[in-house]
Amino acid sequence: MPSDAAAPSTLIEARGLTKRFGQFTAVDGVDFDVAKGEAFGFLGPNGAGKSSTMRMIGCVSPVSDGKLRVLGLDPATDGPTIRGRLGVVPQDDNLDMELTVEENLLIYGRFFDLPRSVIRPRIDELLDFVQLTDRRKDRVEPLSGGMKRRLTIARSLINNPDVLLLDEPTTGLDPQARHVLWDRLYRLKQQGVTLVLTTHYMDEAEQLCDRLVVMDKAQIVAEGSPRQLIEQHSTREVVELRFPVGEQETMVPRLEGIAPRLEVLPDRVLLYTNDADTTVLDVHARGLTPENVVERRSTLEDVFLRLTGRSLVE
Amino acid sequence: MRAAPPSMRVVETYLLAYKRTWKFSLTTMLINPIMFLLGMGIGLGSLVDKGTSDATSSLGGVDYLTFLAPGLLAATAMQVAASESTYPIMAKIKWDRIYEAMLATPLVVRDLLIGQLSWIALRLTQTTVIFLVVMVLFGAVESPWVVFAVPAGVLTGLAIGAPICAFSATRTNDYALSTVLRFVVIPMFLFSGTFFPISQLPSGIRWIAYLTPLWHGVDLCRSLALGTVDAGSAVVHVAYLAAFVAGGAYLAYKAFQRRLVL
Repeated sequence: MPSDAAAPSTLIEARGLTKRFGQFTAVDGVDFDVAKGEAFGFLGPNGAGKSSTMRMIGCVSPVSDGKLRVLGLDPATDGPTIRGRLGVVPQDDNLDMELTVEENLLIYGRFFDLPRSVIRPRIDELLDFVQLTDRRKDRVEPLSGGMKRRLTIARSLINNPDVLLLDEPTTGLDPQARHVLWDRLYRLKQQGVTLVLTTHYMDEAEQLCDRLVVMDKAQIVAEGSPRQLIEQHSTREVVELRFPVGEQETMVPRLEGIAPRLEVLPDRVLLYTNDADTTVLDVHARGLTPENVVERRSTLEDVFLRLTGRSLVE
Repeated sequence: MRAAPPSMRVVETYLLAYKRTWKFSLTTMLINPIMFLLGMGIGLGSLVDKGTSDATSSLGGVDYLTFLAPGLLAATAMQVAASESTYPIMAKIKWDRIYEAMLATPLVVRDLLIGQLSWIALRLTQTTVIFLVVMVLFGAVESPWVVFAVPAGVLTGLAIGAPICAFSATRTNDYALSTVLRFVVIPMFLFSGTFFPISQLPSGIRWIAYLTPLWHGVDLCRSLALGTVDAGSAVVHVAYLAAFVAGGAYLAYKAFQRRLVL
Protein backbone atom coordinates (compact mmCIF):
# COMPACT_ATOMS: atom_id res chain seq x y z
CA MET A 1 0.00 0.00 0.00
CA PRO A 2 2.59 2.68 0.81
CA SER A 3 3.49 4.05 -2.58
CA ASP A 4 5.09 7.41 -3.29
CA ALA A 5 1.83 9.22 -3.77
CA ALA A 6 -0.91 8.70 -1.24
CA ALA A 7 -4.30 7.51 -2.50
CA PRO A 8 -7.20 9.97 -2.18
CA SER A 9 -8.70 7.92 0.64
CA THR A 10 -5.51 8.31 2.69
CA LEU A 11 -6.15 10.09 5.98
CA ILE A 12 -2.64 9.91 7.36
CA GLU A 13 0.49 9.90 5.28
CA ALA A 14 4.03 9.71 6.68
CA ARG A 15 7.24 9.70 4.66
CA GLY A 16 10.60 9.62 6.40
CA LEU A 17 8.85 10.74 9.56
CA THR A 18 11.40 11.39 12.28
CA LYS A 19 11.32 12.48 15.90
CA ARG A 20 14.43 13.44 17.81
CA PHE A 21 14.81 14.44 21.42
CA GLY A 22 18.25 16.03 21.54
CA GLN A 23 20.70 13.31 20.54
CA PHE A 24 18.12 10.56 20.90
CA THR A 25 16.12 9.48 17.86
CA ALA A 26 12.75 8.14 18.97
CA VAL A 27 11.31 7.68 15.47
CA ASP A 28 13.73 7.18 12.63
CA GLY A 29 12.36 7.86 9.18
CA VAL A 30 9.17 5.80 9.07
CA ASP A 31 6.77 5.55 6.11
CA PHE A 32 3.14 4.57 6.40
CA ASP A 33 -0.34 5.38 5.11
CA VAL A 34 -3.59 5.02 6.95
CA ALA A 35 -6.68 4.77 4.76
CA LYS A 36 -10.14 6.00 5.62
CA GLY A 37 -12.16 3.50 7.63
CA GLU A 38 -9.36 1.10 8.44
CA ALA A 39 -8.05 0.05 11.81
CA PHE A 40 -4.33 0.54 11.76
CA GLY A 41 -1.99 -0.63 14.48
CA PHE A 42 1.49 0.17 15.67
CA LEU A 43 2.86 -2.91 17.31
CA GLY A 44 6.13 -2.92 19.16
CA PRO A 45 7.92 -3.29 22.46
CA ASN A 46 8.14 -0.45 24.96
CA GLY A 47 10.40 2.30 23.70
CA ALA A 48 10.02 1.36 20.04
CA GLY A 49 8.74 4.80 19.12
CA LYS A 50 5.01 4.07 18.94
CA SER A 51 3.87 6.78 21.32
CA SER A 52 6.15 9.38 19.77
CA THR A 53 4.66 8.56 16.38
CA MET A 54 1.15 8.83 17.80
CA ARG A 55 1.92 12.18 19.40
CA MET A 56 3.13 13.52 16.08
CA ILE A 57 -0.02 12.29 14.37
CA GLY A 58 -2.03 13.88 17.18
CA CYS A 59 -0.31 17.22 16.39
CA VAL A 60 0.91 17.69 19.95
CA SER A 61 4.54 16.87 19.19
CA PRO A 62 6.37 18.75 16.43
CA VAL A 63 7.83 16.66 13.61
CA SER A 64 11.65 16.75 13.63
CA ASP A 65 12.07 15.65 10.05
CA GLY A 66 10.24 14.09 7.12
CA LYS A 67 6.72 14.58 5.91
CA LEU A 68 3.49 14.08 7.79
CA ARG A 69 0.00 14.84 6.51
CA VAL A 70 -3.05 14.25 8.63
CA LEU A 71 -6.43 14.64 6.93
CA GLY A 72 -4.47 16.20 4.10
CA LEU A 73 -3.15 18.98 6.32
CA ASP A 74 0.27 19.77 7.72
CA PRO A 75 0.44 19.51 11.54
CA ALA A 76 3.09 22.23 11.63
CA THR A 77 0.68 24.84 10.29
CA ASP A 78 -2.80 23.40 10.84
CA GLY A 79 -2.42 21.73 14.23
CA PRO A 80 -5.59 23.14 15.81
CA THR A 81 -7.72 22.41 12.73
CA ILE A 82 -6.48 18.82 12.55
CA ARG A 83 -6.90 18.29 16.29
CA GLY A 84 -10.46 19.48 15.95
CA ARG A 85 -11.17 16.40 13.83
CA LEU A 86 -9.22 13.86 15.89
CA GLY A 87 -10.18 11.92 18.97
CA VAL A 88 -7.33 11.04 21.31
CA VAL A 89 -7.12 8.34 23.94
CA PRO A 90 -3.74 8.86 25.60
CA GLN A 91 -1.68 6.11 27.16
CA ASP A 92 -2.53 7.28 30.68
CA ASP A 93 -5.96 8.69 31.40
CA ASN A 94 -5.90 12.43 31.94
CA LEU A 95 -9.47 13.00 33.00
CA ASP A 96 -10.31 15.93 35.24
CA MET A 97 -10.53 14.30 38.66
CA GLU A 98 -12.31 17.27 40.18
CA LEU A 99 -15.25 16.96 37.81
CA THR A 100 -18.03 14.45 37.37
CA VAL A 101 -18.33 11.98 34.54
CA GLU A 102 -20.69 14.15 32.52
CA GLU A 103 -18.82 17.36 33.30
CA ASN A 104 -15.68 15.81 31.86
CA LEU A 105 -17.53 15.28 28.61
CA LEU A 106 -19.12 18.71 28.72
CA ILE A 107 -15.87 20.64 29.18
CA TYR A 108 -14.13 18.55 26.57
CA GLY A 109 -16.85 19.37 24.10
CA ARG A 110 -16.39 23.02 25.00
CA PHE A 111 -12.67 22.77 24.20
CA PHE A 112 -13.79 21.86 20.69
CA ASP A 113 -15.99 24.95 20.76
CA LEU A 114 -19.18 22.92 20.46
CA PRO A 115 -22.29 24.65 21.78
CA ARG A 116 -23.88 23.11 24.85
CA SER A 117 -27.02 22.33 22.86
CA VAL A 118 -24.93 20.02 20.68
CA ILE A 119 -22.92 18.55 23.54
CA ARG A 120 -25.86 17.64 25.81
CA PRO A 121 -27.51 15.02 23.57
CA ARG A 122 -24.11 13.69 22.58
CA ILE A 123 -23.23 13.13 26.23
CA ASP A 124 -26.35 10.98 26.59
CA GLU A 125 -25.40 8.92 23.55
CA LEU A 126 -21.78 8.51 24.54
CA LEU A 127 -22.49 7.56 28.15
CA ASP A 128 -24.88 4.96 26.84
CA PHE A 129 -22.29 3.76 24.35
CA VAL A 130 -19.61 3.24 27.03
CA GLN A 131 -22.16 1.98 29.59
CA LEU A 132 -21.60 4.72 32.13
CA THR A 133 -25.05 6.30 32.16
CA ASP A 134 -25.67 5.32 35.78
CA ARG A 135 -22.41 6.98 36.84
CA ARG A 136 -22.97 10.26 35.03
CA LYS A 137 -23.29 12.38 38.18
CA ASP A 138 -20.40 10.67 39.96
CA ARG A 139 -16.98 12.11 40.33
CA VAL A 140 -14.29 10.50 38.23
CA GLU A 141 -11.79 9.77 40.96
CA PRO A 142 -13.41 6.66 42.50
CA LEU A 143 -14.23 4.99 39.16
CA SER A 144 -12.46 1.72 38.34
CA GLY A 145 -9.65 1.64 35.81
CA GLY A 146 -11.93 0.14 33.17
CA MET A 147 -14.60 2.79 33.72
CA LYS A 148 -12.06 5.61 33.51
CA ARG A 149 -10.77 4.13 30.29
CA ARG A 150 -14.28 3.95 28.86
CA LEU A 151 -14.91 7.52 29.90
CA THR A 152 -11.68 8.58 28.18
CA ILE A 153 -12.94 6.87 25.03
CA ALA A 154 -16.32 8.60 25.33
CA ARG A 155 -14.50 11.89 25.80
CA SER A 156 -12.39 11.28 22.70
CA LEU A 157 -15.61 10.88 20.68
CA ILE A 158 -17.30 14.09 21.83
CA ASN A 159 -16.31 15.93 18.63
CA ASN A 160 -17.37 13.09 16.30
CA PRO A 161 -13.78 12.60 15.17
CA ASP A 162 -12.79 11.35 11.72
CA VAL A 163 -9.83 9.53 13.22
CA LEU A 164 -9.51 8.03 16.68
CA LEU A 165 -5.98 7.70 18.06
CA LEU A 166 -5.63 5.16 20.85
CA ASP A 167 -2.30 4.78 22.64
CA GLU A 168 -2.27 1.40 24.37
CA PRO A 169 -6.01 1.47 24.96
CA THR A 170 -6.23 -1.56 27.24
CA THR A 171 -2.89 -1.61 29.06
CA GLY A 172 -3.43 -2.24 32.75
CA LEU A 173 -7.05 -3.39 32.46
CA ASP A 174 -8.44 -6.71 33.60
CA PRO A 175 -9.66 -9.19 30.94
CA GLN A 176 -13.34 -8.28 31.37
CA ALA A 177 -12.64 -4.59 30.95
CA ARG A 178 -10.46 -5.28 27.92
CA HIS A 179 -13.17 -7.27 26.20
CA VAL A 180 -15.79 -4.59 26.83
CA LEU A 181 -13.41 -2.04 25.37
CA TRP A 182 -12.59 -4.13 22.33
CA ASP A 183 -16.27 -4.59 21.69
CA ARG A 184 -16.82 -0.82 21.79
CA LEU A 185 -13.86 -0.13 19.52
CA TYR A 186 -15.07 -2.78 17.11
CA ARG A 187 -18.46 -1.05 16.95
CA LEU A 188 -16.79 2.25 16.20
CA LYS A 189 -14.90 0.63 13.39
CA GLN A 190 -18.19 -0.73 12.05
CA GLN A 191 -19.55 2.80 12.11
CA GLY A 192 -16.71 3.86 9.85
CA VAL A 193 -14.43 5.59 12.37
CA THR A 194 -10.79 5.24 11.37
CA LEU A 195 -8.84 3.75 14.27
CA VAL A 196 -5.12 4.15 14.80
CA LEU A 197 -3.80 2.36 17.82
CA THR A 198 -0.61 1.28 19.47
CA THR A 199 -0.34 -1.86 21.48
CA HIS A 200 2.08 -4.43 22.69
CA TYR A 201 -0.70 -6.97 23.09
CA MET A 202 -0.84 -9.36 20.17
CA ASP A 203 -4.39 -10.44 20.85
CA GLU A 204 -5.45 -6.82 20.73
CA ALA A 205 -3.73 -6.28 17.42
CA GLU A 206 -5.28 -9.47 15.98
CA GLN A 207 -8.72 -8.53 17.27
CA LEU A 208 -8.80 -4.97 16.09
CA CYS A 209 -6.33 -4.22 13.34
CA ASP A 210 -6.93 -4.62 9.62
CA ARG A 211 -3.35 -3.70 9.04
CA LEU A 212 -0.39 -3.04 11.23
CA VAL A 213 3.23 -2.13 11.29
CA VAL A 214 5.73 -3.62 13.70
CA MET A 215 8.08 -1.04 15.16
CA ASP A 216 11.36 -1.80 16.80
CA LYS A 217 14.17 0.55 17.78
CA ALA A 218 12.53 3.60 16.16
CA GLN A 219 11.90 1.91 12.82
CA ILE A 220 9.21 -0.04 11.05
CA VAL A 221 10.43 -3.59 10.62
CA ALA A 222 7.34 -5.17 9.04
CA GLU A 223 3.98 -4.22 7.65
CA GLY A 224 0.83 -6.05 6.65
CA SER A 225 -2.39 -7.59 7.88
CA PRO A 226 -2.05 -9.92 10.89
CA ARG A 227 -2.47 -12.87 8.52
CA GLN A 228 0.11 -11.58 6.05
CA LEU A 229 2.61 -10.96 8.82
CA ILE A 230 2.21 -14.48 10.11
CA GLU A 231 2.61 -15.88 6.60
CA GLN A 232 5.67 -13.79 5.89
CA HIS A 233 7.47 -14.04 9.17
CA SER A 234 6.40 -17.28 10.72
CA THR A 235 5.24 -20.75 9.76
CA ARG A 236 1.65 -21.87 9.78
CA GLU A 237 1.95 -23.86 12.97
CA VAL A 238 4.14 -24.18 16.02
CA VAL A 239 4.97 -27.17 18.19
CA GLU A 240 6.09 -26.40 21.72
CA LEU A 241 8.15 -29.07 23.47
CA ARG A 242 8.84 -29.07 27.18
CA PHE A 243 11.46 -31.44 28.52
CA PRO A 244 12.08 -32.51 32.12
CA VAL A 245 14.31 -30.03 33.95
CA GLY A 246 17.96 -30.40 32.96
CA GLU A 247 17.31 -32.57 29.90
CA GLN A 248 16.62 -29.85 27.36
CA GLU A 249 20.32 -29.21 26.62
CA THR A 250 20.96 -32.81 25.60
CA MET A 251 17.76 -33.01 23.57
CA VAL A 252 18.19 -29.91 21.44
CA PRO A 253 21.01 -31.30 19.22
CA ARG A 254 18.80 -34.30 18.42
CA LEU A 255 16.07 -31.99 17.08
CA GLU A 256 18.27 -30.57 14.36
CA GLY A 257 16.62 -30.26 10.99
CA ILE A 258 13.25 -31.42 12.23
CA ALA A 259 11.47 -28.19 11.32
CA PRO A 260 12.14 -25.15 9.09
CA ARG A 261 13.01 -23.17 12.19
CA LEU A 262 13.79 -24.02 15.76
CA GLU A 263 13.82 -21.73 18.72
CA VAL A 264 15.27 -22.64 22.09
CA LEU A 265 13.80 -20.81 25.07
CA PRO A 266 14.98 -21.29 28.64
CA ASP A 267 12.02 -23.50 29.49
CA ARG A 268 10.94 -25.01 26.17
CA VAL A 269 11.76 -25.51 22.51
CA LEU A 270 9.60 -24.12 19.72
CA LEU A 271 9.45 -25.86 16.37
CA TYR A 272 8.12 -23.67 13.58
CA THR A 273 6.48 -25.93 11.06
CA ASN A 274 3.82 -25.99 8.41
CA ASP A 275 2.44 -29.28 9.64
CA ALA A 276 2.46 -29.74 13.39
CA ASP A 277 1.13 -33.33 13.37
CA THR A 278 3.92 -34.60 11.13
CA THR A 279 6.53 -32.75 13.15
CA VAL A 280 5.29 -34.31 16.38
CA LEU A 281 5.46 -37.74 14.76
CA ASP A 282 9.03 -36.97 13.70
CA VAL A 283 9.91 -36.00 17.26
CA HIS A 284 8.68 -39.33 18.56
CA ALA A 285 10.34 -41.17 15.66
CA ARG A 286 13.66 -39.76 16.85
CA GLY A 287 13.01 -41.42 20.19
CA LEU A 288 12.50 -38.16 22.03
CA THR A 289 10.04 -38.07 24.92
CA PRO A 290 9.18 -34.52 25.87
CA GLU A 291 7.25 -34.05 29.10
CA ASN A 292 4.69 -31.94 27.34
CA VAL A 293 3.80 -31.28 23.69
CA VAL A 294 1.57 -28.42 22.51
CA GLU A 295 0.53 -27.97 18.91
CA ARG A 296 -0.86 -24.58 17.95
CA ARG A 297 -1.29 -22.16 15.12
CA SER A 298 1.28 -19.46 14.65
CA THR A 299 0.25 -16.18 16.20
CA LEU A 300 1.23 -12.60 15.86
CA GLU A 301 3.20 -13.06 19.03
CA ASP A 302 5.55 -15.40 17.21
CA VAL A 303 6.02 -12.80 14.51
CA PHE A 304 6.50 -10.09 17.05
CA LEU A 305 9.11 -11.94 19.06
CA ARG A 306 10.92 -12.98 15.94
CA LEU A 307 11.06 -9.43 14.59
CA THR A 308 11.71 -7.56 17.79
CA GLY A 309 14.12 -9.90 19.37
CA ARG A 310 14.64 -12.89 21.56
CA SER A 311 17.74 -14.91 20.84
CA LEU A 312 17.10 -17.18 17.88
CA VAL A 313 18.57 -20.42 16.66
CA GLU A 314 17.68 -21.16 13.07
CA MET B 1 -20.45 37.53 15.97
CA ARG B 2 -17.21 35.89 16.96
CA ALA B 3 -17.33 33.25 19.65
CA ALA B 4 -15.61 33.88 22.97
CA PRO B 5 -11.83 33.45 22.82
CA PRO B 6 -10.69 29.84 23.34
CA SER B 7 -8.96 30.74 26.61
CA MET B 8 -12.39 31.44 28.11
CA ARG B 9 -13.29 27.78 27.61
CA VAL B 10 -10.35 26.98 29.86
CA VAL B 11 -11.79 29.33 32.48
CA GLU B 12 -15.15 27.55 32.12
CA THR B 13 -13.49 24.33 33.26
CA TYR B 14 -12.09 25.91 36.37
CA LEU B 15 -15.45 27.50 37.12
CA LEU B 16 -17.09 24.11 36.84
CA ALA B 17 -14.71 22.64 39.41
CA TYR B 18 -15.03 25.74 41.57
CA LYS B 19 -18.79 25.27 41.76
CA ARG B 20 -18.06 22.42 44.13
CA THR B 21 -15.93 24.43 46.57
CA TRP B 22 -17.22 27.97 46.31
CA LYS B 23 -18.94 28.03 49.70
CA PHE B 24 -15.81 27.00 51.49
CA SER B 25 -13.74 29.35 49.39
CA LEU B 26 -16.07 32.28 50.02
CA THR B 27 -16.10 31.64 53.77
CA THR B 28 -12.31 31.65 53.80
CA MET B 29 -12.20 34.86 51.82
CA LEU B 30 -14.56 36.47 54.31
CA ILE B 31 -13.09 35.14 57.54
CA ASN B 32 -9.48 35.80 56.66
CA PRO B 33 -9.71 39.63 56.50
CA ILE B 34 -12.06 39.74 59.49
CA MET B 35 -9.57 37.84 61.64
CA PHE B 36 -6.59 39.89 60.51
CA LEU B 37 -8.36 43.21 60.94
CA LEU B 38 -9.68 42.19 64.36
CA GLY B 39 -6.47 40.68 65.64
CA MET B 40 -3.89 42.99 64.19
CA GLY B 41 -5.84 46.04 63.09
CA ILE B 42 -7.82 46.48 66.28
CA GLY B 43 -6.00 44.29 68.83
CA LEU B 44 -2.44 45.21 68.03
CA GLY B 45 -3.59 48.55 66.65
CA SER B 46 -5.00 49.67 70.01
CA LEU B 47 -1.45 49.49 71.38
CA VAL B 48 0.10 51.17 68.37
CA ASP B 49 -2.39 54.02 68.49
CA LYS B 50 -1.48 54.70 72.14
CA GLY B 51 2.11 55.23 71.05
CA THR B 52 3.92 58.45 70.33
CA SER B 53 2.64 60.99 67.85
CA ASP B 54 5.78 60.09 65.95
CA ALA B 55 4.38 56.61 65.46
CA THR B 56 1.04 57.92 64.21
CA SER B 57 2.67 60.31 61.79
CA SER B 58 4.80 57.58 60.27
CA LEU B 59 1.55 55.69 59.66
CA GLY B 60 0.40 58.70 57.64
CA GLY B 61 -1.65 60.25 60.42
CA VAL B 62 -4.27 57.51 60.55
CA ASP B 63 -4.98 54.79 63.08
CA TYR B 64 -3.27 51.44 62.68
CA LEU B 65 -6.39 49.65 61.40
CA THR B 66 -6.78 52.14 58.59
CA PHE B 67 -3.08 51.92 57.83
CA LEU B 68 -3.04 48.12 57.85
CA ALA B 69 -6.22 47.29 55.93
CA PRO B 70 -5.26 48.39 52.38
CA GLY B 71 -1.80 46.90 52.75
CA LEU B 72 -3.34 43.66 53.84
CA LEU B 73 -5.64 43.74 50.83
CA ALA B 74 -2.62 43.79 48.53
CA ALA B 75 -0.81 41.15 50.59
CA THR B 76 -3.86 38.88 50.56
CA ALA B 77 -4.05 39.22 46.79
CA MET B 78 -0.42 38.14 46.67
CA GLN B 79 -1.10 35.07 48.78
CA VAL B 80 -4.11 33.98 46.76
CA ALA B 81 -2.15 34.44 43.54
CA ALA B 82 0.84 32.54 44.93
CA SER B 83 -1.23 29.57 46.01
CA GLU B 84 -3.07 29.49 42.67
CA SER B 85 0.28 29.59 40.83
CA THR B 86 2.11 26.80 42.58
CA TYR B 87 0.45 23.43 43.28
CA PRO B 88 -2.43 23.87 40.83
CA ILE B 89 0.06 24.44 38.00
CA MET B 90 2.10 21.41 39.04
CA ALA B 91 -1.11 19.36 39.14
CA LYS B 92 -2.26 20.46 35.70
CA ILE B 93 1.12 19.77 34.14
CA LYS B 94 2.17 16.66 35.97
CA TRP B 95 -0.24 15.12 38.45
CA ASP B 96 -3.61 15.22 36.68
CA ARG B 97 -2.19 16.30 33.30
CA ILE B 98 -5.21 18.45 32.51
CA TYR B 99 -3.09 20.60 30.21
CA GLU B 100 -2.13 17.54 28.18
CA ALA B 101 -5.83 16.75 27.75
CA MET B 102 -6.52 20.34 26.67
CA LEU B 103 -3.71 20.35 24.14
CA ALA B 104 -5.18 17.32 22.38
CA THR B 105 -8.05 19.62 21.35
CA PRO B 106 -7.86 22.74 19.16
CA LEU B 107 -6.57 24.69 22.18
CA VAL B 108 -2.95 25.85 22.08
CA VAL B 109 -0.46 26.66 24.85
CA ARG B 110 -1.31 30.36 24.67
CA ASP B 111 -4.97 29.58 25.42
CA LEU B 112 -4.02 27.53 28.47
CA LEU B 113 -1.82 30.28 29.84
CA ILE B 114 -4.28 33.11 29.20
CA GLY B 115 -7.01 30.92 30.67
CA GLN B 116 -4.92 30.21 33.74
CA LEU B 117 -4.01 33.85 34.33
CA SER B 118 -7.61 34.91 33.71
CA TRP B 119 -8.75 32.41 36.27
CA ILE B 120 -6.25 33.77 38.78
CA ALA B 121 -7.47 37.29 37.98
CA LEU B 122 -11.03 36.16 38.62
CA ARG B 123 -10.08 34.67 41.98
CA LEU B 124 -8.22 37.87 42.81
CA THR B 125 -11.21 40.00 41.93
CA GLN B 126 -13.38 37.93 44.24
CA THR B 127 -10.85 38.14 47.05
CA THR B 128 -10.23 41.86 46.80
CA VAL B 129 -13.91 42.77 46.45
CA ILE B 130 -14.76 40.79 49.57
CA PHE B 131 -11.77 42.29 51.36
CA LEU B 132 -12.91 45.75 50.40
CA VAL B 133 -16.41 45.09 51.74
CA VAL B 134 -14.91 43.97 55.06
CA MET B 135 -12.71 47.07 55.14
CA VAL B 136 -15.74 49.27 54.67
CA LEU B 137 -17.60 47.42 57.43
CA PHE B 138 -14.62 48.01 59.73
CA GLY B 139 -14.66 51.69 58.80
CA ALA B 140 -11.09 51.36 57.63
CA VAL B 141 -11.59 53.48 54.52
CA GLU B 142 -10.83 57.17 54.11
CA SER B 143 -11.56 57.89 50.45
CA PRO B 144 -13.86 56.76 47.62
CA TRP B 145 -10.70 56.19 45.58
CA VAL B 146 -10.52 52.93 47.51
CA VAL B 147 -12.69 51.20 44.88
CA PHE B 148 -9.61 51.26 42.67
CA ALA B 149 -7.87 49.12 45.26
CA VAL B 150 -9.72 46.22 43.61
CA PRO B 151 -7.98 46.48 40.22
CA ALA B 152 -4.78 47.48 42.03
CA GLY B 153 -5.01 44.35 44.16
CA VAL B 154 -5.69 42.17 41.10
CA LEU B 155 -2.68 43.70 39.37
CA THR B 156 -0.51 43.10 42.44
CA GLY B 157 -1.59 39.48 42.61
CA LEU B 158 -0.89 38.90 38.92
CA ALA B 159 2.50 40.60 39.21
CA ILE B 160 3.47 37.92 41.70
CA GLY B 161 1.39 35.05 40.31
CA ALA B 162 2.62 35.21 36.71
CA PRO B 163 6.34 34.79 37.54
CA ILE B 164 5.47 32.06 40.03
CA CYS B 165 3.47 30.25 37.31
CA ALA B 166 6.60 30.40 35.17
CA PHE B 167 8.72 29.00 37.98
CA SER B 168 6.23 26.26 38.85
CA ALA B 169 6.11 25.16 35.22
CA THR B 170 9.86 24.57 35.23
CA ARG B 171 9.77 22.29 38.30
CA THR B 172 9.50 18.53 38.07
CA ASN B 173 8.66 18.07 41.75
CA ASP B 174 6.88 20.15 44.34
CA TYR B 175 9.66 20.69 46.90
CA ALA B 176 10.65 23.98 45.32
CA LEU B 177 7.06 25.21 45.49
CA SER B 178 6.93 25.25 49.26
CA THR B 179 10.31 26.99 49.19
CA VAL B 180 8.81 29.77 47.09
CA LEU B 181 5.96 30.17 49.53
CA ARG B 182 8.27 30.10 52.55
CA PHE B 183 11.21 32.17 51.36
CA VAL B 184 9.66 34.52 48.81
CA VAL B 185 6.01 35.02 49.65
CA ILE B 186 6.20 35.10 53.46
CA PRO B 187 9.18 37.52 53.62
CA MET B 188 7.38 39.81 51.17
CA PHE B 189 4.26 39.54 53.30
CA LEU B 190 6.21 40.62 56.39
CA PHE B 191 8.63 43.21 55.06
CA SER B 192 7.00 44.99 52.12
CA GLY B 193 5.16 47.62 54.08
CA THR B 194 1.98 45.72 54.90
CA PHE B 195 2.38 45.81 58.67
CA PHE B 196 4.71 48.75 59.11
CA PRO B 197 6.05 51.47 56.82
CA ILE B 198 9.28 50.39 55.21
CA SER B 199 10.84 53.61 56.49
CA GLN B 200 11.23 51.53 59.65
CA LEU B 201 13.58 49.14 57.86
CA PRO B 202 17.33 49.77 58.19
CA SER B 203 18.29 52.04 55.32
CA GLY B 204 20.84 49.48 54.06
CA ILE B 205 18.16 46.96 53.16
CA ARG B 206 15.22 49.24 52.52
CA TRP B 207 15.92 49.22 48.78
CA ILE B 208 15.13 45.50 48.69
CA ALA B 209 11.60 46.28 49.84
CA TYR B 210 11.29 48.94 47.13
CA LEU B 211 12.13 46.30 44.53
CA THR B 212 9.41 43.88 45.59
CA PRO B 213 6.22 44.05 43.56
CA LEU B 214 4.25 43.73 46.78
CA TRP B 215 5.55 47.03 48.13
CA HIS B 216 4.34 48.76 44.97
CA GLY B 217 0.97 47.09 45.36
CA VAL B 218 0.74 47.94 49.06
CA ASP B 219 1.72 51.55 48.53
CA LEU B 220 -0.72 51.92 45.65
CA CYS B 221 -3.65 50.37 47.53
CA ARG B 222 -2.86 52.36 50.63
CA SER B 223 -2.67 55.69 48.82
CA LEU B 224 -6.03 54.88 47.24
CA ALA B 225 -7.66 53.93 50.53
CA LEU B 226 -6.29 56.95 52.35
CA GLY B 227 -7.04 59.28 49.46
CA THR B 228 -3.41 60.38 49.30
CA VAL B 229 -2.88 59.00 45.82
CA ASP B 230 -0.89 61.12 43.40
CA ALA B 231 -0.77 60.47 39.69
CA GLY B 232 3.01 60.28 39.41
CA SER B 233 3.64 57.53 41.92
CA ALA B 234 0.46 55.69 40.89
CA VAL B 235 1.74 55.51 37.32
CA VAL B 236 5.12 54.23 38.53
CA HIS B 237 3.47 51.57 40.68
CA VAL B 238 1.14 50.44 37.92
CA ALA B 239 3.95 50.36 35.37
CA TYR B 240 6.22 48.42 37.71
CA LEU B 241 3.50 45.86 38.46
CA ALA B 242 2.47 45.62 34.82
CA ALA B 243 6.08 44.91 33.90
CA PHE B 244 6.07 41.99 36.33
CA VAL B 245 2.83 40.68 34.83
CA ALA B 246 4.17 40.96 31.28
CA GLY B 247 7.59 39.52 32.12
CA GLY B 248 6.06 36.74 34.19
CA ALA B 249 3.55 35.86 31.49
CA TYR B 250 6.30 35.76 28.87
CA LEU B 251 8.47 33.46 30.99
CA ALA B 252 5.46 31.33 31.83
CA TYR B 253 4.66 30.98 28.13
CA LYS B 254 8.22 29.85 27.45
CA ALA B 255 8.12 27.43 30.36
CA PHE B 256 4.73 26.00 29.37
CA GLN B 257 5.86 25.59 25.81
CA ARG B 258 9.06 23.82 26.84
CA ARG B 259 7.24 21.59 29.24
CA LEU B 260 4.11 20.74 27.30
CA VAL B 261 5.17 20.63 23.66
CA LEU B 262 7.74 17.86 23.33
